Amino acid sequence: MCQECGCGIGGEVKIGGRPASAAHSHSTHHGDGHSHEHGGGGAPHSHAHDDATAFPPGRQTVAVQRGLLEKNERLAERNRGFFRAKKLLVLNVLSSPGSGKTTLIQKTAAILASRLRVGVIVGDLATDNDAARLREAGIPVVQVTTGTVCHLEAEMIAKAAERLDLDALDVLIIENVGNLVCPAAYDLGEDLRIVLLSTTEGEDKPLKYPPMFHSADVAVVTKSDLAAAAGFDRAQALAALHRIAHHARIFELSARTGDGMPAWIEYLEQQRASAKR
Amino acid sequence: MHEVSLMENAVRMAVETARASGGERVHRIRLRVGAMSGVVPDALRFACDMVCQGTPADGAELEIEEVPATCWCAHCAVEFATPDFLGQCPHCHAVSGELRRGTEMELASIEFS
Ligand SMILES: Nc1nc2c(ncn2[C@@H]2O[C@H](COP(=O)(O)OP(=O)(O)O)[C@@H](O)[C@H]2O)c(=O)[nH]1
Ligand SMILES: [Mg+2]
Ligand SMILES: [Zn+2]
Ligand SMILES: [Zn+2]
Repeated sequence: MCQECGCGIGGEVKIGGRPASAAHSHSTHHGDGHSHEHGGGGAPHSHAHDDATAFPPGRQTVAVQRGLLEKNERLAERNRGFFRAKKLLVLNVLSSPGSGKTTLIQKTAAILASRLRVGVIVGDLATDNDAARLREAGIPVVQVTTGTVCHLEAEMIAKAAERLDLDALDVLIIENVGNLVCPAAYDLGEDLRIVLLSTTEGEDKPLKYPPMFHSADVAVVTKSDLAAAAGFDRAQALAALHRIAHHARIFELSARTGDGMPAWIEYLEQQRASAKR
Repeated sequence: MHEVSLMENAVRMAVETARASGGERVHRIRLRVGAMSGVVPDALRFACDMVCQGTPADGAELEIEEVPATCWCAHCAVEFATPDFLGQCPHCHAVSGELRRGTEMELASIEFS
């Protein structure tokens, strides 16, 4: 079992089905013990502590001010620069398991197909079912099996992207591992963070997972066709989204019936046009 | 969240910093953790002893500064804490979109010799 998240699934990171020990951040995840100087943050300067009385002799304090995920942040920025140079629009799609990420990605790629070429990177703990579904639909897809890691990291995306012909793509969609907690903290280098909430989940999900919903650029209410059957309180859900994700664009749609899809597609096309500038 | 690996990163940076300043041992690790970061401070505390074991930070004290979620209201030109994360200004009741603090997860400082 993973000591990090207790997910109960053991394994290693695989990209496209092949072990990717180089890709997996055992370094990020479990510490690699190397000690080199880091760029950002500047050289640490030490100074004697002001409050000498509370301080055993010989001890010094030094300000560090470095983010605990700075390595991922650096790699995410590198990804972002690389993707921008390729004029790709990159989406990081996040939600609980089963909210409809794969289905929405498949439908989106199918509708865009006549105008924009879409590629997908799918993160999953253990299976490659989602990648298989997308591949069957004719979409270029790379599977990242994260093993014990319940989120994608920037380094995994860099490795996975090497396996796609990015020059032949306009939009890269990343399906993150189904999890509303830690993926919020890992920038992948995306342009837009898309967080899904399905009508079959609680309306108060945004209030239960504030870091994730706050980080959303776009919130999508999915499975609108099931809203009535599920007794979904639309007003309450939208109020919760507006409060936690004040700045996010909100879409309501059903990937099953296509209801609400045109507004979402039009938005992506606009975003892609500005990514291309 | 991944408190064990976050703690490992913190200890690695702490030891690197101490060594870069000519130190050998880390005695105290001060972290800054925002209420909106998703990090559970108790889980960091729980992980600390285990992660420090066998490193130059063995036995180091962990101090965690918990940073409340704090928003800025442009209308009232004030900062306000928003413990429920809803960002509603207590003065004008408008909802602020601008989170100023609360997402931190960083190594603030260390004490070493
Ligand atoms: N009725 C309905 N079902 C949907 C919709 N979108 C997805 N589903 C179903 O919900 C289940 C989970 O969807 P999936 O796309 O695999 O979710 P993921 O785990 O977030 O990737 C599947 O059985 C889908 O067929 C929708 O818009 N309407
Ligand atoms: Mg899926
Ligand atoms: Zn995780
Ligand atoms: Zn105000």
